[in-house]
Amino acid sequence: MAQDIHPSDSLSFDTFVSGVWRENPVFVAVLGTCPTLAVTVNATNAFTMGAATTFVLVGSGILVSLLRKVVPKQVRIATYIVIIAAFVTVVDYVLHAISPPVYQAMGVFLQLIVVNCIILGRAEAYASRQPVGKTIVNSLGQGLGFTLALFCLGSVREILGSGTLFGISLFGPSFEPWVIMILPPGGFFVFGGWMLLFAWWKERQQRRLAEMQDSLGRVAHSHGG
Amino acid sequence: MNDLSLWTLLLNAVIVNNFVLAMFLGICPFLGVSSHVKTALSMGAATSFVMIISSLCAYGINLALVAAGLEFLRLISYIVVIASAVQLVEMVLKKYSPALFRALGIYLPLITTNCAVLGLALLQTSRQYNFVQSLVYALGAGLGFTLALLLMAGLRERLQLASLPKISQGAGLSLILAGLLSLAFMGFGGMGGGGD
Repeated sequence: MAQDIHPSDSLSFDTFVSGVWRENPVFVAVLGTCPTLAVTVNATNAFTMGAATTFVLVGSGILVSLLRKVVPKQVRIATYIVIIAAFVTVVDYVLHAISPPVYQAMGVFLQLIVVNCIILGRAEAYASRQPVGKTIVNSLGQGLGFTLALFCLGSVREILGSGTLFGISLFGPSFEPWVIMILPPGGFFVFGGWMLLFAWWKERQQRRLAEMQDSLGRVAHSHGG
Repeated sequence: MNDLSLWTLLLNAVIVNNFVLAMFLGICPFLGVSSHVKTALSMGAATSFVMIISSLCAYGINLALVAAGLEFLRLISYIVVIASAVQLVEMVLKKYSPALFRALGIYLPLITTNCAVLGLALLQTSRQYNFVQSLVYALGAGLGFTLALLLMAGLRERLQLASLPKISQGAGLSLILAGLLSLAFMGFGGMGGGGD
């Protein structure tokens, strides 16, 4: 994504924040949708996935950035993929050792972090052109943005689909869970709902801006007359 | 899971546990290339081809890696094989059908990062399918992916003629549509062998 690069921003904090909010990988760039939909049946899984992806993002970012002058241009994508796959293998084995139940819940999607387009996109568009320090900050921002988006989906689906949050019951025993929310269609609906919400919010912001400029123009005009 | 009949396996992969609509694999091309039926069809065909090739290679590689005790290299070798298969398809398409090559554009090299392809290789390994089962499963996955892409493209072609509120013209509405399709596919849940 070439438009993601801002050579002008020297402030590291700015690249961090933009990854979390203005250039959120899931809601703005619509990348990494498969894990976003698949593992967000509850908030715990969403967090684990976010943390694992952030680790791979930062680790591969550092290595790609360090090697950016060594790797020939023709084989760069293959190199990035192998680097990413190495980090994912590490995460896979570590999580398997730490928490087998969570590992089971992630299933094949933990290994599929390899083909998460956010990571390859960052390697190609940012890490391969920027020094290590900036890459780390940028990757952390993107990782946090991804985790935040996963949490947005995971919490809604868990609250509606099981009546719990992080496994803690919220509504008491009389709550009838919306089973559809933890089934595949629920994932699409919640994600679609968030996208519509953000689109509505953006449109309202633009309309307000236009109205403000309009009224300012009218004030100036009446003064002039 | 190993004693399933091949027909059940195929039906299961195409309809019951559709890769896109029930297992969330390959959502990126599903949302990206599904605006016209024609490109959707060729994308589906290209992806199915890559799936079959990489599934066969993955089967062989897995045998070799297990024999050598190098299972931790599985992920890396799978992704390298898939990347090579995609490169092959790209070269063939470029030579024999330049128009199609241009129509698919950026999405062709992106088949490498289509999780449906790697997911297929990983799933067939973890479920310990034999050679013929892997082949049938890959075929089913490819057909299922093409089916989902075609359905979505058909819906979206109709949608272009409808008057929509401004906010729903982006990915939001596509996702809701996908949700409805997924809901419809859940109706097949009782058929075939219930997978996981």
